[in-house]
Amino acid sequence: METHAVNPWVAVAYLVAGVCFILALRGLSSPATSRKGNRYGMFGMLIAVVTTLMTHEIASLPEIVGAIVIGGGVGFVIARRIQMTAMPQLVAAFHSLVGLAAVLVAVAAFLNPGAFGILGADGNILTVSRVEMALGAAIGAITFSGSVIAFAKLNGNMSGAPIMLPARHVINLGTLILILVLTGLFTNSGQAGPGENVLFWIVVALSFAIGFLLIIPIGGADMPVVVSMLNSYSGWAAAAMGFTLHNTAMIITGALVGSSGAILSYIMCKAMNRSFISVIAGGFGADAGGAGDGGTKEQRPWKRGSAEDAAFLMKEAENVIIIPGYGMAVAQAQHALREMGDLLKEHGVNVKYAIHPVAGRMPGHMNVLLAEASVPYDEVFELEDINSEFAQADVAFIIGANDVVNPAAKTDKSSPIYGMPVFDVDKAKTIFFIKRSMGGQGYAGVDNDVFYMDQTMMLLADAKKMVEEIVKAL
Amino acid sequence: MDFISILSIFVMACFVGYYVVWSVTPALHTPLMAVTNAISSVIVVGALVASAAAGSPLAKWLGLGAVVLASVNIFGGFAVTERMLAMYKKKDKPAAKGDSK
Repeated sequence: METHAVNPWVAVAYLVAGVCFILALRGLSSPATSRKGNRYGMFGMLIAVVTTLMTHEIASLPEIVGAIVIGGGVGFVIARRIQMTAMPQLVAAFHSLVGLAAVLVAVAAFLNPGAFGILGADGNILTVSRVEMALGAAIGAITFSGSVIAFAKLNGNMSGAPIMLPARHVINLGTLILILVLTGLFTNSGQAGPGENVLFWIVVALSFAIGFLLIIPIGGADMPVVVSMLNSYSGWAAAAMGFTLHNTAMIITGALVGSSGAILSYIMCKAMNRSFISVIAGGFGADAGGAGDGGTKEQRPWKRGSAEDAAFLMKEAENVIIIPGYGMAVAQAQHALREMGDLLKEHGVNVKYAIHPVAGRMPGHMNVLLAEASVPYDEVFELEDINSEFAQADVAFIIGANDVVNPAAKTDKSSPIYGMPVFDVDKAKTIFFIKRSMGGQGYAGVDNDVFYMDQTMMLLADAKKMVEEIVKAL
Repeated sequence: MDFISILSIFVMACFVGYYVVWSVTPALHTPLMAVTNAISSVIVVGALVASAAAGSPLAKWLGLGAVVLASVNIFGGFAVTERMLAMYKKKDKPAAKGDSK
C-alpha cells in the first residue's frame, strides 16, 4: 500500500499546493493581479484534495462525495447571497467552521491514530504527535468558540458592549495555564488508558470555554483585531494538524494564514495606538453606550447644516475628501455616496475617498463597500497617503466616522484615543459631518471637538437619507 | 519526514507569509481574510484521511463532519473572495496606473 510518506510524488504534489497558496496571497498585492491569485488558491486546494483521495484507501467514497457536495453547496449559496456589509460576520462564521473542523480532525486522529500514521512501535500515539494533536484541538476549539461570539456580536445577536465578568483576568489566565499543564500531562502519559483519554477531553472542553471567555469582554469596535486574531488562530490550528499528518501543504498554509492574521492584528492595533494586550484584555468603550443621550454634558454651540447647504458648497468646491466609517455600512449608504461623488465629478470637483485602517468592523471593510458601489479603487486612499491633502481640501465630508477624525487623539493626553493616528479634517475649509444625532458618541465614548468648530456643519440624519437628499439637491 | 524537516518547512513558511502579507495592499485586506480563510480549510486533508479510513466508525463520522465544514469554507471562501475581487475596478481611463502601495 502506498502511503503519503512513501511516494515522493505525493509530497511534491502537496508542496505544489502549498506554493499555489503562497501565490494566492501574493496576487493580492494589487487589485489587478488579485483574481489570478484567487484562481491559484482554488487550484492548490484541488491538488491537495485530489492527492489525498488518490493516495489513501477509501472505505467510504460515496459518503465523502456527499459531504463535499453538501458543504460546498451550502458554502457557495452563502457566498452568492451574502450582503457586502455583512462580510465581517461571514468571515467570523467561516473562522468558526475551520476551528470546529480542526477539533473534529484532532479528535478523529485521537480515536483512530493508525489511519494518521502516528502510532509508535509500542502501539501508543507518538509523543510528538500527542503535543501536536492536543495543541491543534485546543487552538481549533478556541477559534471556534471565539469566532461564534465574534459572529454574534458583529451580527447583532449579542450586544456589542463588552461583558465584564468579575476577576476575568484571573479566570482566563488560570484556564490558559491549566490547558498547558494538562497538555503536558497528556503528552507525558505513557499508555492509552482511560486517564489519558480524560486529559484530552478536558483540554478540548477547557479550550472551548476559554475561547468564549476571551472574546465576551471585547467591545464591538475592537472586532477588527479580534477577527484578525481568530484568523491567525485558524491558521495555527491547521499548521498543528499539518504536523500531525506530516503534510507540507497544511504546514505552509497554516504558517501563511497564521502570519497573515497576526500582521493584520498588528496593523489594526497600531492604527488605534493600542497594544495588542490591552485590546485582548477587553473592556474598551465599556461606558460608551451606558450614559444617556446628551443632557449630562454641558451644551456647546454647534451649527446645523442642510442637504442644500452641503450640495451648494460641494458643487462650488475644487477638492472634496470623503471619509466613510462604520455608520456608512450600517446605513448602507455606499451606493448613494458613489452617486453623489459622480455628480460632483460632473461639476468638475476632484473627489477622493480617505479610509482609516480601523474604519468599519474588519480590515479593509470600507474598501470593499466602496468597491461594491463601483467606486474606482484609484480614488480611494489610505490615511498616510491622503492626510497631507486636507490643507488643500475645500470640503471634508465625514459619513459615519467619528473617532478617526477626532483631534483629541493629537492633543488631549487624557483622551482614551490619544496617540491614535487620525485624519487632519480640521485643516479643511469646510467640514460636513453626517451623524444620526448629537447625543450619541463614537465608540471610544469621547466628545469630538470637530462638532463645534466654526467650519463644521452637522448634518443630522440617517446617512443614506441625507446623502440621497444631497444627490437630489445637486 | 522527521520532525526537524517539518519544523524547518514551517519556520520558512512563516517568513514567506510575513513578507507576502506585508506586500498586500490595505485596500484588499478584507479579501485577504476571506482567502486565507478559504485556504486554511486545507485542513480538509486531515478530514479526508479520517473519513476514508476503516477502523473506527466514530472517527469516520467525525471526519465526514469535518469534510462538510471545511467544504463550506472552501467553496464559500473562494466564491466570496472572487465576488469581492470582481468589484474592484479602476477608473475608466485605462492608462491610469493606480496601485496604491
